[in-house]
Amino acid sequence: MTPEIRPSAIAGVNPVAKLAVALVISCALMLSIDWVSAAVALALEAVLLAWCGLSARQFWLRTAPVWIAVPFAVLTTVLYGQDSGAVLFSAGFVSVTEGSVALALAIGLRILAIGIPGIVLLATTDPTDLGDGLAQVLRLPARFVLGALAGLRLVGMFIDDWQSLALARRARGVGDGGGLRGRARRFGGLAFALLVLSVRRGSKLATAMEARGFGSDEPRTWARESVFGVRDTLVVLIGAAIAAAAISAAVLAGTWRFVLA
Amino acid sequence: MPAPRRRGPAVTGARVTASGWGWRHAGRSRPAVSGLDLDIRPGERVLMLGPSGAGKSTLMHALAGVLGDDEDGDETGELLIDGRRPSASRGRVGLVLQDPDSQVVLARVGDDVAFGCENRAVPRAEIWPRVGRALADVGLDLPLRHPTSALSGGQKQRLALAGVLAMRPGLVLLDEPTANLDPDGVVEVRDAALRSVEASGATLIVIEHRVAVWQHVVDRIVVLDPAGGILADGPTDSVLSAEAERLAAAGVWIPRFPPATPDRRPRSDGPSAEVLLSADDLAVGRVPFARKQAVVVAHGLDLALRAGTATALTGPNGTGKSTLALTLAGLLAPAGGRLTATDALAAGLGPAPHRWRSRDLLARIGTVFQDPEHQFLAGTVRAELTIGPRALGLGGAEQTERVDALLHRLRLDHLADANPFTLSGGEKRRLSVATVLATRPRLLVLDEPTFGQDSRTWAELVRLLAELLDTGTAVLTVTHDEQFVAALADARLTLVPGTGPASGAP
Amino acid sequence: MHASINTQPSRTSSATTPFTSRKPRVLKWRVVDIVVASVIGVASGVIFWAWGLAWSPLSALLAFTPGLEGLLAGGWLFAGVLGGLIIRKPGAAVYTEVVAAVVSMLIGTQWGFSTLIWGVVEGLGAEIVLALFLYANWRLGVALLAGAGAGIAVGLLDTTFTSYAALDIGPKIVYLVSAVVSGTVLAGLLSWLAVRGLARTGALSRFAAGRESGPTDRVDTQPAR
Ligand SMILES: Nc1ncnc2c1ncn2[C@@H]1O[C@H](COP(=O)(O)OP(=O)(O)OP(=O)(O)O)[C@@H](O)[C@H]1O
Ligand SMILES: Nc1ncnc2c1ncn2[C@@H]1O[C@H](COP(=O)(O)OP(=O)(O)OP(=O)(O)O)[C@@H](O)[C@H]1O
Ligand SMILES: [Mg+2]
Ligand SMILES: [Mg+2]
Repeated sequence: MTPEIRPSAIAGVNPVAKLAVALVISCALMLSIDWVSAAVALALEAVLLAWCGLSARQFWLRTAPVWIAVPFAVLTTVLYGQDSGAVLFSAGFVSVTEGSVALALAIGLRILAIGIPGIVLLATTDPTDLGDGLAQVLRLPARFVLGALAGLRLVGMFIDDWQSLALARRARGVGDGGGLRGRARRFGGLAFALLVLSVRRGSKLATAMEARGFGSDEPRTWARESVFGVRDTLVVLIGAAIAAAAISAAVLAGTWRFVLA
Repeated sequence: MPAPRRRGPAVTGARVTASGWGWRHAGRSRPAVSGLDLDIRPGERVLMLGPSGAGKSTLMHALAGVLGDDEDGDETGELLIDGRRPSASRGRVGLVLQDPDSQVVLARVGDDVAFGCENRAVPRAEIWPRVGRALADVGLDLPLRHPTSALSGGQKQRLALAGVLAMRPGLVLLDEPTANLDPDGVVEVRDAALRSVEASGATLIVIEHRVAVWQHVVDRIVVLDPAGGILADGPTDSVLSAEAERLAAAGVWIPRFPPATPDRRPRSDGPSAEVLLSADDLAVGRVPFARKQAVVVAHGLDLALRAGTATALTGPNGTGKSTLALTLAGLLAPAGGRLTATDALAAGLGPAPHRWRSRDLLARIGTVFQDPEHQFLAGTVRAELTIGPRALGLGGAEQTERVDALLHRLRLDHLADANPFTLSGGEKRRLSVATVLATRPRLLVLDEPTFGQDSRTWAELVRLLAELLDTGTAVLTVTHDEQFVAALADARLTLVPGTGPASGAP
Repeated sequence: MHASINTQPSRTSSATTPFTSRKPRVLKWRVVDIVVASVIGVASGVIFWAWGLAWSPLSALLAFTPGLEGLLAGGWLFAGVLGGLIIRKPGAAVYTEVVAAVVSMLIGTQWGFSTLIWGVVEGLGAEIVLALFLYANWRLGVALLAGAGAGIAVGLLDTTFTSYAALDIGPKIVYLVSAVVSGTVLAGLLSWLAVRGLARTGALSRFAAGRESGPTDRVDTQPAR
C-alpha cells in the first residue's frame, strides 16, 4: 500500500498543501458542467505533471481507473443526457442530440480534470507524512490520525494473511471440493475470515499501542516535524489559480453552467 | 575507571504493589489471577514463572494498564504502580507483548521505535538519538526508513523491544520476549534488555518458561499459582534450591529437574524403515503476489522422512525452516528439484503432495503452523478439534472419543467451551497441535510445537509424539528447542543462511 | 495414540456468574474503538476501490435503463453503517465512511478527491439516523434506516454534482429511489448481517455489539488441575 515514492518537486510538498490543491480544483470543477472549464483545468494540470516525478508506467497504471471510466460516462451521457438542439438519433428512451453530445464531452473532460490531480498527488504522498500533516498542520486529533494510520498498515498485510489463511484451510481439510459453488463459498468464507482476522488484529494492536503510552489525553510530541512553508503556500496558490482560470475562462466563453441553477 | 555513562539522566525504577489483586476475564467463570500479594522494589529484576494459563500475561497487561475497563472483566483487590493505578501510569510502564506480530504500529522501523517516545512527550531533538541507541542495543541493524512489513519473526521481536526501551519506562515488562528467537538471538535480546534497565535503573519483570536463560541475571523469582496467589517468591538462588522440587512438579522448568522424557530406544529398523517422503535437490520459496517465479529461500535440500522416525529441523531465524516445512507438508509447491511421496504415504495418489486434494491431505500429512491463530476456524475449542475427524468422515462416537482424549491429555478440558482466540499463548499452541493429532496422519509436520509450554505440558506433548512415532508415524519438527531435539529426534537437519543444509545426528 | 484415557466431559457449568451487567454508556472513544473503526474503514476502502473498478462496466450494462445505476450506489455506503453498528459511538459512521473513502482514494479512483466529500456526506446520512435513535437502538430496523439515510445522501449528491446532473428529471428520480433501495439493502441489511456474523466469531468481544449476540465462553467451575 505504501507507494514507492521517487524524489521530485511535488514529493517534497507538504501533503496538506496537496490535499488543499486537489480539493480546490475538484470543488471548482464540480460547480459547473461545461467543457471549457474542464479543458482549461486539464491543460494546466498537464503542464504541472512534469514535476510530479512519476514514471510513465506508474502514471498510466495509477490513472487507469479514470481512463476506464471516461468512455462509459461519455456513452451514458450521449444516450440519456439532457437533450437540446438538433436530434441526431432517437429510439425509445434513447435520444442523441447536439446538446447531449456536448454534455458528454464536458463530462468526459471533467472526470479527467478532477480525477488525475487527486491520483497523481496521492501517488507521491507517503501515508505517514500525510498523517503527520493532518495532525500537526490541520490539528486533527492525534488519536484518530494515528489510529487510522495503524489501521492502514494492518490492511497492507491483507495479501500475506489471505495466503496463510488459504494454506491453513487446505491443511485442515476444508480447502477444496464442491465444484464452482464450493469455490465461491470458500472465497466468501475466506474473505470473511480475513475481516475477522483484521478486527482481532486491530483489537490487539490497540492494546499494543496503549502498552506504549498511547491514548492518554496528555499532549504528545511528534518525531517528524510537518512544516507548512512558503513553498507549500505557493503550491496552494497555484492550485487556486488553476481553479480561478478554469472558472473565468468558462464564464468569459459563456459556457459556464452552474449545477444548482 | 568507571565506565562512562552512555545514557542521559537515570530513570527511577517503579515500585509495584499488589494486595489481594485478582482479575476475571469477561465470559470466564474462573478468575485468571486471584489473591495476589506482591511488593516489588524499584530497580528490582524479577523473573515471573508459572504453568501455562496461570495468568502471567494477564498480570502483565494489568500492570501496563491495558486490561480494559470493567466491561472487559472483573477486578478485585488493588494493584498499584508507585502508589497510583496502572491506567494513570501509562507511559511510565512499557510492555512487550507475547505476540510479536501484533505490535508493529507504524510502517517504518524508525517511526515505530519513536512512537512510544512521542506518546511520552519526549522533545523531538531527543527522540532520534534515543531511537538510534535502542535499535543498536537490540541488534536491529536496519535503516530507519526500512519498512516494518519486511521483517522476519525474530526481527519483529527485537523491534518491539527497541520501541519499549526507547521510551525509558520506569517499569519494563517483557512477556516471553525470546520465544521465537534462535539461541544466539535469545542471548542478544536478553543482554540488550539488561543493558537498558541497568543504565536507566528501571524495574524489570520478565516472563519466560525457560529458567536457565535468565536465572543468573535476575534478583528474584516469583511463581504464580494457577489456583490463585503465589507458589513461590524470593531471591533467585533460594527459590531455585529450596523449592526446586515442588516447583518442578508444578510445571516450572528447573534446570536440575528436567521433565521426564519417554525412553525411545533407537528402532531396530531405524535407517531401513519405510521412506514416506523424500526430497532430492529440493528448493523452497514463496511466490510473491502477482508473480510467477518463487523467491527461493533455501535450495539443494536432500532428505528422507521415514516411518516411525522423528526429524528435527533447526537453524537461525529467517533461513527458510517454515517455508521448507510448508513445502514438505504439500501446502507450497516446490520451487525446484524433486519432492516425492512414496506409495506408503500417497496410498494411491500421485507422488506430488501439493497436488493432492485438501481432504486427502488430512489423513496423510498433518501440519501445525508457526502462528497458531492462522489455523483456528471454529468458535470453541471442542468444535475446533472436531473439524478434522468430521472431515475424515468418522462416526460421532469416535469423534468424541478422540477429542476428549486430546483435551484431557493436553490440559485443555476446562477450556472446551472457550473461544480459541481467548486462550493464553501456550494454550493456543497446544490446541493447534491437538488439531492435527486428532486426525492421526501418517506424517506430522510441526512448526515450533513446544514454544510457550511449561515443563508438564511439554512432557505430555513429547509423550504423545513418542507414542505416535511408535505406531509408525513420521514426524518432522521445526524447532529451536534443544531439549526437544534431545528427547525425540532421530535425525537433525540444520539450515544455514544462504547455503544448502548441513545434516547430522541429533 | 492407543492409550485409553478416562475423560470426564467437562460440562458441569451451572453456577456461573452472570457476566453482562448494565453499565452506564460511555460515549468517549477508547483506543480500541478508534483502531477497529479504522481497520473496518480501511478494509471497506479496499472494497470501495474494487467496486469502483467493477462499477464502470456494471453501470454500462445498466445504461439502457437510465437512472437504475443508483442501484450500484450501495456498494459505497456500507462502511458507515457497519462502523456505526460495531462501534456504537457518536461519529463512528462518519469516521468509518470517511476512512474508507480516503483509502479508496489513496489506491486511486476515477473520482479523485471528490471521493472524500462523498464519504463525508454519505457517512452523515447514516450518522443522522443513528443519532436520531440517540445511539441507543441497534436493531435491524435502525440499520436499514441508516442505510436508507446514506442512500438519500448519495442520491441527492450524485444527481446534483456528478454526470447524473446532466440527466433528465425522470431518470434523476429513478436514480434517487434506486440509491435509497440500494442503501437499505446493501448498506443496511448486509452490514447488520455482517455485524451478527462477526459477533458470533467472538472477534467483537471488546465491544458491546459483540457481547449481546456473541458467544460467552462457558467454562466449568472446577479448577484446572
Ligand atoms: N481475552 C481473554 N478472554 C478470556 N479469557 C482469557 C483472555 N485472555 C486470557 N484468558 C484466560 O485467562 C487465563 C490466563 O491466561 P494468561 O494468558 O494470563 O496465561 P499465561 O500464564 O500467560 O499462560 P501462557 O504461559 O500459556 O502464556 C487462561 O485460562 C486464558 O484462557
Ligand atoms: N509470507 C511470506 N511472504 C514473503 N516472504 C516471506 C513470508 N514468510 C517469510 N518470508 C521470508 O522468507 C524467508 C524465510 O522465512 P521462514 O519463515 O521460512 O524462516 P524461518 O527459518 O522459519 O524463520 P523463523 O525461525 O524466524 O521462524 C525470510 O527471509 C522471510 O523474510
Ligand atoms: Mg502468556
Ligand atoms: Mg519459522
